Amino acid sequence: MLKIYYVWELPVRICHWINVLSMIMLSITGFFIGSPFITAPETSMFVMGWMRFLHFAFAYLFTVSVAARIVWMFLGNHHASWRAFIPWITAEGRRNFIKMFRYYTFTGKKITYEVGHNPVAATAYLGIFALFIFQIISGFAMYGQFDPGGFWNGLLGGINVLVGNQWLRLLHHGVMWLLAGFIINHVYSGWLMDVKMRNGTMSGIFSGYRYIEPEDL
Amino acid sequence: MKTDLDVNTSPIPEELLQRVDARGINRRDFIKFCTATTAALALPMSFIPTVAQAVEDKRPPVIWVEYQSCSGDSEAFLRGNQPTAGELILDLISLEYADVVMAASGHQAEEAKHQAMEKYKGQYILIVEGSIPTGADGAYCTIGGESAMVDCKKLVQNAAATICVGSCSSFGGIPAAAPNPTNAVSVSSLMPGAAIINLPGCPVNATNLTATIVHFMTFGKLPAVDRLGRPKFAYGKRIHDNCERRGHFDAGQYAESFGDAAHRQGHCLYKLGCKGPETFHNCPTVRYNEGTSWPVMAGHGCIGCSEPGFWDTMSPFYRRLPKVPGFGIEDTADKIGIGLAAATAVAFGVHGVASCFRKGDAMEEDKVVKED
Ligand code: HEM
Ligand code: HEM
Ligand code: SF4
Ligand code: SF4
Repeated sequence: MLKIYYVWELPVRICHWINVLSMIMLSITGFFIGSPFITAPETSMFVMGWMRFLHFAFAYLFTVSVAARIVWMFLGNHHASWRAFIPWITAEGRRNFIKMFRYYTFTGKKITYEVGHNPVAATAYLGIFALFIFQIISGFAMYGQFDPGGFWNGLLGGINVLVGNQWLRLLHHGVMWLLAGFIINHVYSGWLMDVKMRNGTMSGIFSGYRYIEPEDL
Repeated sequence: MKTDLDVNTSPIPEELLQRVDARGINRRDFIKFCTATTAALALPMSFIPTVAQAVEDKRPPVIWVEYQSCSGDSEAFLRGNQPTAGELILDLISLEYADVVMAASGHQAEEAKHQAMEKYKGQYILIVEGSIPTGADGAYCTIGGESAMVDCKKLVQNAAATICVGSCSSFGGIPAAAPNPTNAVSVSSLMPGAAIINLPGCPVNATNLTATIVHFMTFGKLPAVDRLGRPKFAYGKRIHDNCERRGHFDAGQYAESFGDAAHRQGHCLYKLGCKGPETFHNCPTVRYNEGTSWPVMAGHGCIGCSEPGFWDTMSPFYRRLPKVPGFGIEDTADKIGIGLAAATAVAFGVHGVASCFRKGDAMEEDKVVKED
């Protein structure tokens, strides 16, 4: 009998879609900051000013959302837990990881059937959260420079000295492209699993529900 | 507010000014100097008499040495403004040793340095210009048979305070740029923990040097510094945040090439690789050559000369971001990034097509209800 599981709780879904929205906005405005492709006809305009304003406004939104998701890793259900992102610490997790990896690389036939994240996806999300945190830290370290001795500079200014202002910018810029690569992969894999697993993978991130055949587990 | 100084109503006591007269220093120049220096130090104007008092009667001994340098900082200093700061400060300090301006040479000069160090142990201000090569046991730079390493250590140890002028002594500068054949280092990496202040810049701005010396004369200690050991009064703000072209930056008006219409109209130099957004220095407010101009005002982007490792990290000077290590010089971060994204898209596109034709991996095949 098909069973309906409530997998992605509301905070997980809200954070997911806020992250998607802010990543899109941060990438567009960030790319503009890197190479301004619009030239203002009048000095009275504020094109770069608005782009930077949006970048920083969505930066704050994004930071709050990522922080909230991390808090939820300790409060939410076991699919949302921090443990879900390190599946390979158990023997079963390692087995499932290999099985899934072999499916992706056409060397194995079977998909690991999971209620929550599959182990390969979970590992990718671990990397993504690391990149999120990297963008937040490097971003606020650069941001703090407008006010030396202020809050952000006091907190993160040591990073500018350690890494160097230019390398920090290059890294912040480069990570945008890594995230772009992830999104392509992520949306594709979501589609693939939706098609193959027939369990509502895609609709799950909107509704929270997945349709599981207990026999397959 | 009155801008021109009135000698008769100056806050400096008459009796002090008379002593200045007696030393043959122009009193107007002296007042201007004290006022401008107080301003450069970001001190309230009520400090002018204190500053005047200190610079008039202290005459601290100063030793100015050069190691791996181009003498650009000496040059900048001697051509400084504020009644030719060079001239005036030379009257107010007691310069015991300075390669570029002293008459003595050879062993005589070395002897003078040695004597000054012994006589004013713990009292003199040491000014260092140029980096210190540590490769081959210091053989790349020797003075009177002694390596710069040994000479510098001795001088720093016995100084009341050390002022590093220019990027080379502050951070290693150009001699320390990759591949750094002589293994050049800054004074603070040679002597960690010593009382050292860094005044990077290529060259140092004479006004900042004068102000640092005057601060030391007035308060008996070096001014407050940032994380890189640079005085906050001079390196406390980003070029970009005080730049006169900032309005064009925020508006979105950029010069695309030197001499184009936007460049001629004074638009922002961001796209020409200006490093103002990552450089801390007071060039826009203090400027160079008697306050005449500074690079961005003259139409060239900042090259970030007052930041550590500027020759390696701020280049290419006409590009915004450094070149990505391991890739060709023509590859920008964006070209590599677009390549990466495109490769991912292609790879997953192929994977997707293959997956569509894959048989037998879809779940619950037997439970699918076939409608007619
Ligand atoms: C997914 C997240 C983010 C992406 C994709 C992103 C992307 C970018 C890009 C591409 C640039 C241009 C870099 C350059 O070429 O110089 C940039 C600049 C910048 N970003 Fe982000 N960013 C993100 C998050 C953040 C966050 C959380 C902050 C925090 C405040 C931040 C602050 C900044 C700052 C301060 C700059 C430099 C702006 C300037 O100096 O005008 N970014 N970002
Ligand atoms: C900026 C783009 C995106 C990022 C950074 C992102 C990131 C993430 C992360 C970190 C998770 C793990 C969720 C958690 O436990 O908190 C996740 C899950 C998920 N996302 Fe996204 N996502 C993005 C865009 C999308 C889009 C556009 C879709 C659908 C069209 C989507 C569909 C899903 C689904 C279905 C899951 C559940 C995956 C699973 O079963 O493991 N995502 N995403
Ligand atoms: S010219 Fe340079 S410092 Fe001035 S606003 Fe433009 S980028 Fe900033
Ligand atoms: S504008 Fe930039 S490169 Fe030029 S002197 Fe100032 S800090 Fe150095």
